[in-house]
Amino acid sequence: MTSIRVVPKGGRGLPVEVNLDTQLGTLALPSPILTASGCAASGKELSQFVDLTTIGAVVTKSIMMLPRSGRATPRMAETPSGMLNSIGLQGPGVDDFLEHDVPWLASKGVRTIVSIAGNDVEEFGRLAARVRRAGDSVIALEVNISCPNVANRGLVFACQAHSAAEVISTVRRNVGGAFPIFAKLSPDVTDIVEIAQACVDAGATGLSLINTLLGMVINTETLKPALAGVTGGLSGPAIRPVAVRAVWQVHAALPKVPLIGMGGILTGEDAFEFILAGASAIAIGTANFHDPSALTRVQNELTQILAERGFSSLQDAIGFAHRKV
Amino acid sequence: MVISAHGPGTRWLAALAPHQMLDVVGPLGRPFPLPKDPVHALLVGGGYGSAPLFMLADALRQRGCRVDMALGAASAERLFGALEARRVTNALSIATDDGSLGVQGRVTDAARSILERSNIDVIYACGPMPMLAALSTLGAEFDVMVQCAVEESMACGIGICMTCVLPVRGSDGVVRMSRSCVDGPIFAGDRVLWESIGTVPEETLGAPKASGH
Ligand SMILES: Cc1cc2nc3c(=O)[nH]c(=O)nc-3n(C[C@H](O)[C@H](O)[C@H](O)COP(=O)(O)O)c2cc1C
Ligand code: FES
Repeated sequence: MTSIRVVPKGGRGLPVEVNLDTQLGTLALPSPILTASGCAASGKELSQFVDLTTIGAVVTKSIMMLPRSGRATPRMAETPSGMLNSIGLQGPGVDDFLEHDVPWLASKGVRTIVSIAGNDVEEFGRLAARVRRAGDSVIALEVNISCPNVANRGLVFACQAHSAAEVISTVRRNVGGAFPIFAKLSPDVTDIVEIAQACVDAGATGLSLINTLLGMVINTETLKPALAGVTGGLSGPAIRPVAVRAVWQVHAALPKVPLIGMGGILTGEDAFEFILAGASAIAIGTANFHDPSALTRVQNELTQILAERGFSSLQDAIGFAHRKV
Repeated sequence: MVISAHGPGTRWLAALAPHQMLDVVGPLGRPFPLPKDPVHALLVGGGYGSAPLFMLADALRQRGCRVDMALGAASAERLFGALEARRVTNALSIATDDGSLGVQGRVTDAARSILERSNIDVIYACGPMPMLAALSTLGAEFDVMVQCAVEESMACGIGICMTCVLPVRGSDGVVRMSRSCVDGPIFAGDRVLWESIGTVPEETLGAPKASGH
């Protein structure tokens, strides 16, 4: 248990203890702050700016079975209060990842959640089995069934309840019993609660909400799409209300299911909003790009705002906005 | 600090008043490699690409190198630092497309005539991608190493987002989409697949199969 003493602003100046411990099913973390997959690589670069052992966990960039080049450039376009990316899951493949990245994170004592992405259900299963054997530093799996940067929209498993459930039950079979797995969902669906329910029924411990929204920008000088991949994933503060809504709806329907909230979190106050909506942990993505110390800053700001609002424990604030008055 | 006020971020930076505070992260990425011996170097800059060459020229001269410089741009007002260039170099050539400063023509032509008349050991270059590509070809023709500072749009600058990639052949012969922010921004010109920038060449590690990604 970590307790941090803070003086609430406007309070009488007496320091109060704020306990940031959180619980995601069987997974206990000393802080609710995580990195968002694909926005922290495998931690090494950010470790120059943040002591990664002080946050809840690093969620690594979604890894696939084989090396993957990703898409052509331009891969990024700036948008109002956010950005579009079409990276296309560039990565070294699971062998290289397990040989270099996971051991590095383990050697630094960083709690690691590995994000996996497969081209088909079977690849998800094989990846899950490989990563499960990677050692104790890997404390959970995040199953990315919602990457928008694939040529075939039919491959966005999180767009349909039955295909999402098929991936999750295959992953569950491959990791066995109680190992924590989180299904990462897309907001680009009619009813996210239906998909969430299907994933939980298929064996997901919890859910990560949300991946990017599919978007597009046209360059008005070249008269062509701004991204080489034409469409891309929208992230940053522009999507925060969508993400808070997704967390709210899923928490309302499935109050016992642990949620990792993300989408446009820049400050501790933003993180607090997701916690009030029902998230037990939050992840920071795009904010790392302009502020590589964002993880530490948001953690400090969140502690401060919890104290100011009279919460001595993070757990008491989870889903607080749902209470009936 | 040299800023080309291109978009909202750079316009905001350019509009800052003196003494305003800024958060700065750096140094990032790999610097120009400096020679151990007092060689004869040619520094080539295109447009505002001349910006990093002045400090480089100082560092080279401190090592006893002879520094020639060729600067080029569309016109005189697009060319950054012509006066500064004179101070830090042994010889300076200037080329502009419209002839408003120096000779009329391309900076790569100026570089070629320097290569023809002098014994250049190494070329350092910064500027638009087509200029870097042309210089890399020129370097191969004269058997001179070209160290290129590339410019790609970057979301993070610290190696975590993968937006800034370009196809580069590694020392193992394998082509990868390399991050210009941390694996660069300096690349040896003969390692970059210049003509393939903006695509994923088929031979790249993990390139999409016919079915696509
Ligand atoms: C450049 C970039 C790459 C991403 N790569 C992945 C990825 O590999 N796997 C994944 O599940 N999500 C990926 N995401 C989505 C983020 O994890 C996150 O869900 C989304 O960006 C919303 O959070 P944010 O607004 O804080 O960035 C990526 C996002 C960005 C901006
Ligand atoms: S700019 Fe983000 S990896 Fe290079």
